[in-house]
Amino acid sequence: MARLLSYEEAVSRFDPVLGIEVHVELGTRTKMFDGAPNSFGADSNENVTPVSLGLPGVLPVLNEKAVEYAVKIGLALGCEIAESCRFARKNYFYPDVPKNFQTSQYDEPIAFDGVLPVELEDGEQLEVLIERAHMEEDAGKNTHVGGATGRIHGAEYSLVDYNRAGVPLVEIVTRPITGTGARAPEVARAYVQTLRDIFRALGVSEARMEQGNVRADINVSLRESPDAPLGTRTETKNVNSFRSIERAVRYEIQRQATVLSQGEKIIQETRHFHEDDGTTSAGRVKSDADDYRYFPEPDLVPVEPSREWVDQLRASLPELPAARRRRLRQEWGFSELEMRDVVNANLLDAVEATVTAGASPAAARKWWTGELTRQANAAEKDVAELGVTPEHVAELAGLVDAGKLNDKLARQVLAGVIEGEGGPGEVMAARGLELVRDDGALEAAVEEAIAGNPDVVEKIKGGKMQAIGALIGPIMKATRGQADAGRARELIIAKLGLG
Amino acid sequence: MGEITRLTAAELASRLSSGEVSSVEAVQAHLDQIERAEPLVNSFITVTADDALATARQIDERRARGEELHPLAGVPVAVKDLIVTKGTRTTAGSKMLQEWVPPYDATVTAKVREAGLPILGKTNMDEFAMGSTTEHSAFGRTYNPWHTGRVPGGSSGGSAAAVAAWEAPLAIGTDTGGSIRQPAALTGTVGVKPTYGSVSRYGVIAMASSLDQVGPMTRTVADAAALHELLAGHDAQDSTSLPQAVPGFRAAAANRDVKGLKVGVLAQSYGAGVSAGVRGSFQAALDLLAEAGAEIVELQLPALDYALDAYYLIMPSEVSSNLARFDGMRYGLRAEPQDGPVTAERVMAETRRQGFGWEAKRRIILGTYALSAGYYDAYYGSAQKVRTLVKRDFARAFEQVDVLASPTAPTTAFGFGQDAEDPMTMYLNDVFTIPANLAGLPGLSLPSGIAGDGLPVGFQLLAPELADERLYSAGGALEALLEERRGGRFADQLTEIGMAGSAADSTGGI
Repeated sequence: MARLLSYEEAVSRFDPVLGIEVHVELGTRTKMFDGAPNSFGADSNENVTPVSLGLPGVLPVLNEKAVEYAVKIGLALGCEIAESCRFARKNYFYPDVPKNFQTSQYDEPIAFDGVLPVELEDGEQLEVLIERAHMEEDAGKNTHVGGATGRIHGAEYSLVDYNRAGVPLVEIVTRPITGTGARAPEVARAYVQTLRDIFRALGVSEARMEQGNVRADINVSLRESPDAPLGTRTETKNVNSFRSIERAVRYEIQRQATVLSQGEKIIQETRHFHEDDGTTSAGRVKSDADDYRYFPEPDLVPVEPSREWVDQLRASLPELPAARRRRLRQEWGFSELEMRDVVNANLLDAVEATVTAGASPAAARKWWTGELTRQANAAEKDVAELGVTPEHVAELAGLVDAGKLNDKLARQVLAGVIEGEGGPGEVMAARGLELVRDDGALEAAVEEAIAGNPDVVEKIKGGKMQAIGALIGPIMKATRGQADAGRARELIIAKLGLG
Repeated sequence: MGEITRLTAAELASRLSSGEVSSVEAVQAHLDQIERAEPLVNSFITVTADDALATARQIDERRARGEELHPLAGVPVAVKDLIVTKGTRTTAGSKMLQEWVPPYDATVTAKVREAGLPILGKTNMDEFAMGSTTEHSAFGRTYNPWHTGRVPGGSSGGSAAAVAAWEAPLAIGTDTGGSIRQPAALTGTVGVKPTYGSVSRYGVIAMASSLDQVGPMTRTVADAAALHELLAGHDAQDSTSLPQAVPGFRAAAANRDVKGLKVGVLAQSYGAGVSAGVRGSFQAALDLLAEAGAEIVELQLPALDYALDAYYLIMPSEVSSNLARFDGMRYGLRAEPQDGPVTAERVMAETRRQGFGWEAKRRIILGTYALSAGYYDAYYGSAQKVRTLVKRDFARAFEQVDVLASPTAPTTAFGFGQDAEDPMTMYLNDVFTIPANLAGLPGLSLPSGIAGDGLPVGFQLLAPELADERLYSAGGALEALLEERRGGRFADQLTEIGMAGSAADSTGGI
């Protein structure tokens, strides 16, 4: 292939269209069709029953909690909920599929025709149309041993772990997402992020990308112009972080634009994303020859969510992330920009918890987006990993409000908390950082400063009140910074008989 | 000891409870008979003598302690090798599972164990229940106890032959298109396919999930009723299991009154494929019913003419998917390719090439084709529509009559090797039994007499969904009328294995 077109050039020549399939693993206690535990981190092949292993004779029994979660997801995405829908068997041979068919939904998804508002980082809004959300079971996991790449080619042998086999999934499929122009990568990322937040708000999944709870398959196609018919798409599978989603879309747009610019055709295929260099490479050619021989699963009866139950679930839906952001912004009196800073830094929960613990919204926001974020960046950590809790921050803000700490001292206290020296109160006491308000000690320092700086005193007496600042410095030095500057100023004025 | 094996299950149960006979004696008597008969009939794939005796000892001890026991406790039973038994290999008649020892019990196995019936062993069958002859077993064919040159029917031929040859008073079979009723007919025994969903399928190795059903195989209608009561009932592990409680089948089987019973005769009973011997026996039984006050009407159910075609699309479609799991990756046979790279795909292919017999392969290929994109609507889709029409025809018929009657099979037992030559003719053997599976209805086969060839003829009764007790009330009454005319039980006429013939004169039959 010729040199890759620049991204800017690619999107100036072509109109990108996205289609995104997101799989979310539901956080049910047990698997989709049997009583095996659905938990992360168990030893290999520990979370299995005869049903998960597809032993001869076993039958599936649908997990009602999984249906409830799927309906909740459907409702949160503004979907219709099917009055009756069936599972189907998707037949294909692969060692990680114990029955050599996956129990899925084919032409009768539980939820369909939804719409999800998505907001980009700069506040631009768009709506993503949801085609369907359907239930299915996850496959097991293959590990290829030997060989250099960890892939199946060149491996000496492969191991299969069926712990994940049968874990309930909901797959959410968008309609083609058009009109994004150059912002397609951001849109893809923001869409998946929005879904992730919804899964968490609903409590249907831990939705941790790094554990594979949420996996995205990204379809990208290009066309000459927004009026042209859709181009041939590629599907980049299992992109597992928000950053990777953005990079994968960006790369595919560049790659496809380069191919098309040379007068060549895009091959309809699945592609793999490579974290190391941000490129994608060809996987399986997807053609009409793929025939999964779907047919209705005869071992399960149709799922018929009653309208009453659906209405109950609808009524009990928690506040969704977008609505929550709107409400909190109003309650807290934040500007749009302030709110976006908090949200984009993924600090909304922390700020809210800090406010709940007693801090003012402004103080909570200031500490989390300011000093704590700075400390986290310096330590190359996530803010959550610093070990500072919302209660710590609320306590710290309380100490500042009570005049026991100024900002500078508060930052030192925070450093102590991060060092693991205890809560803010403890650190303040242990490090002796409390502001000096004891007038006895302060008065001595003031008198010393007045005595030692007659020229400054003269200026003040002459009416140059701003010269008081020149006395504060020595006072702070004498009190090791713990003096309350305001109180010191009052004392100077009183001592000089100017009050 | 020989006398014990001649008892019905009900008689044996009453002697056990009175203490006349111990369960250990009962089990030992049947094990002895198995030893004598097996060389001639080959009903069993696995005999579990030690386990059966151990269960029998436990039951005898519990009875001695005065514990309350299930009415059938201590009565031995044979179980089709399609039904999973924890700790005892379960082969489905296939090389694929010849060494597979399940780590769990089927629901019906658990019920049998819970009730304290000693399991004598696992009976022979067509591989994965595919066949009407029990020839398609990786463990050799089973021979018809009446004529050892003839097939016992299938696929539950092992269970049928075991009961007919006095090896077991009770057996459990499965019926997907007639696999209980047709072998019952060919061996002169009683077989019942319950309403779909009334007996749990959990732990029954699936052939065609929407058609499979477990049921009793015995020598009398009353014994079938008793075993059916034990097997039936809702099971949370089977999503297609019906919630209804099990009605009293034994009470129904005691009925002797057919006055006013409306019996609809399927017009197909008089069709060209039905042999003269079968037709004569069937008609004689109908006449008996009429004399006793039943009302006999002939009914046209035109959709039934398409039932066979629909069945041979739906069944292989489900088979192709259900049998996909046998790939050598997790359990059962694993065969590596002779040469070339050893990849998962190639191991799967070689395992399936070696593990499946040709009838299994034929149906897998048929089903794979029928479900393929572009063919689905024409084949599987159309077949499902026929299925709806069959149900509708039956519903209309049952507005007019209480039960439907037909011969169970168009012929008596035939010779071995015939289906290899012409599978379509073989498939036609199921023409009377298949419609009940498509519609989910209960059906019973009981012996109506012996045809001119010296072989038993089966009489089939069908009832509406969940009206299984009608099979027992009508079947019990008909059985009593036949016994009265005959002057004894049907099964007692088999005085010697192979009395109607042996392998030496195995030709003909149809």
